[in-house]
Amino acid sequence: MIVIVPDSLTRSTMHNIRRSAQHSSVRSPGLVRTAFGSLLFVAAALFCAKASAQFRVEISGVGATQLPIAITKFRDEDRATPSLSISAIVRADLERSGVFKGVDAPGGLDENSQPGMTEWRGRAADALVAGSITRLADGRFDIRFKLWDVVKGTPLGGQSTAVETGDLRLAAHRIADYIYEKLTGEKGVFSTRIAYVTKGGGRFTLRVADADGEGGQVALNSAEPIISPAWSPDGKQLAYVSFESQKAVVYSQDTASGARRALANFRGSNSAPAWSPDGQTLAVTLSRDGGSQLYLLSRDGGTPRRLTTSNAIDTEPAFSPDGRSIYFVSDRGGGPQIYRIPASGGNVERVTFGGSYNISPAISPDGRTLAYISRQGSAFRLYTLDVAGNGQPQALTDTNDDESPSFAPNGKLIIYASRAAGRDVLMTTTLDGKIKARLVSTTADVREPVWGPYGR
Amino acid sequence: MKKTMHVGLAAVMTAFVLAGCSSVPLDDKSNVPVETRNTTGIGSGAGAGANTGGAGQSGVTPVDLTKGGANAGLGKIVYFDFDSYVLKDEYRPLVDSFAKSLTADRKKKVVVEGHTDERGGREYNLALGQKRAETVTKALALLGAADTQIEAVSFGKERPAAQGSDEAAWAKNRRAELVYR
Repeated sequence: MIVIVPDSLTRSTMHNIRRSAQHSSVRSPGLVRTAFGSLLFVAAALFCAKASAQFRVEISGVGATQLPIAITKFRDEDRATPSLSISAIVRADLERSGVFKGVDAPGGLDENSQPGMTEWRGRAADALVAGSITRLADGRFDIRFKLWDVVKGTPLGGQSTAVETGDLRLAAHRIADYIYEKLTGEKGVFSTRIAYVTKGGGRFTLRVADADGEGGQVALNSAEPIISPAWSPDGKQLAYVSFESQKAVVYSQDTASGARRALANFRGSNSAPAWSPDGQTLAVTLSRDGGSQLYLLSRDGGTPRRLTTSNAIDTEPAFSPDGRSIYFVSDRGGGPQIYRIPASGGNVERVTFGGSYNISPAISPDGRTLAYISRQGSAFRLYTLDVAGNGQPQALTDTNDDESPSFAPNGKLIIYASRAAGRDVLMTTTLDGKIKARLVSTTADVREPVWGPYGR
Repeated sequence: MKKTMHVGLAAVMTAFVLAGCSSVPLDDKSNVPVETRNTTGIGSGAGAGANTGGAGQSGVTPVDLTKGGANAGLGKIVYFDFDSYVLKDEYRPLVDSFAKSLTADRKKKVVVEGHTDERGGREYNLALGQKRAETVTKALALLGAADTQIEAVSFGKERPAAQGSDEAAWAKNRRAELVYR
């Protein structure tokens, strides 16, 4: 196993977080005190960078076939953007995908260079990236790069773009996407976002970060638990469950503005929101009629339509990508297993059979693979299953406390929560389980990750 | 409101102020013994029973809050076995006393909060906690409480009473708490 911890990333990340913390502005929290209730602290803040969660990236594993790629330091990178390294972000993104293996290489090149391919073949690189960063008079940064196919000895393309300081990370992720797509033919997910929950010091936050776990910003700050975040398909809203009123209530929040509203606040518990692919409907678990049952609710709230009718627990709905079926967890057969029901209602079909406890279904964007958590003995482990019914369930990890799997929008990676050395951590894994990356929070426990859609 | 409720409420409010922004459920800390004497002397249960007599003018009658009485000493937490939401016989008196309290005063409302231990998924445990809470609310309803007086909610595994990953901690977390709201 190879463990890579990019030191430059750590140093520059901490510098960046310190800098942005000085510029953060937090809207003052509203205190809600009721005669019988606890003192609450709930602030649906506008985007403000908080320094409390810092991530290091650790990547482990050896893939079946990995393309060796040399990403040289961009010319003037250290001088123009001392707080972060564009080339290091690109390299970490590509390595985390499991498809690429970074090759160490000296700098000294830029997008106008004529690199000697023999030299680069000698370094065992199949591809080469070089570029430059220039500070413009208006304060923006001009970033240029070129990609070469070393094997063929030809340039494959490149880009130049001008960005503001706040978009430097995004620019690096977009470069990684470009390289990924040029060399694999698949769409990259490096400029997508994730959401997750942190717990620490008696507080809970819902945060939004880049897909590499960096640049986390607080969307919700609460003294009470937050669970089950879910991105709307357009990436503009986050639905989640908040216990701020001493019971489970489903909210939906606009991430850019912080505007939020309660979508489901019926009698008893309201939880497990899941968006339909067209973004018009949510499936939720409600106890308003007794027990925990699945209902469908318009994105604008209103009267829910009951979907399941059992005397069992039916929960954790997840729409199939074509919107026609809903996977869910039910213990109607004794213990919790994953089932499927038509979104318009109808016959329930059982999907998982191995093991006595299977929960937390997530379905791949092509609809073919189910990821879920299966209890094996006393361990809770991430598994995948081909939903067409061919083959056996595959364990992706050998850890014992896996939770909350969520697919990247290109279906090539899964993010999940796990436990390492007594802390809750976020992990990504390739679908074969071979390459894993750990996003380690050094200050708080992190859980409930969800991967956001394309398009930012 | 009865004077007794004012005493309890004041103490609870003080506890809230002192506890600040803590997310610890303050209800657990408000173990304020509430005297349930009332002026007609219909008594707070067996402990406040007959005068011991024979003590002349200095006689004192003990009121034992640990025995019987409207909720006094019975606590307000029902515990459950692993993977179970069955109400055990030992908690029937507690549920009975809450039901009596609710039927006696139709303005009273009780929320039953269900909880689980830490093992297993969050949403599934939320639903299990809900089942535990509903076992208690169903029992209260059967004993005469009105639908509008009771609500079952769940915290799943999100609000443990005891930290730890052993059976001792797990047993303390598999519970339903009855809270007046």
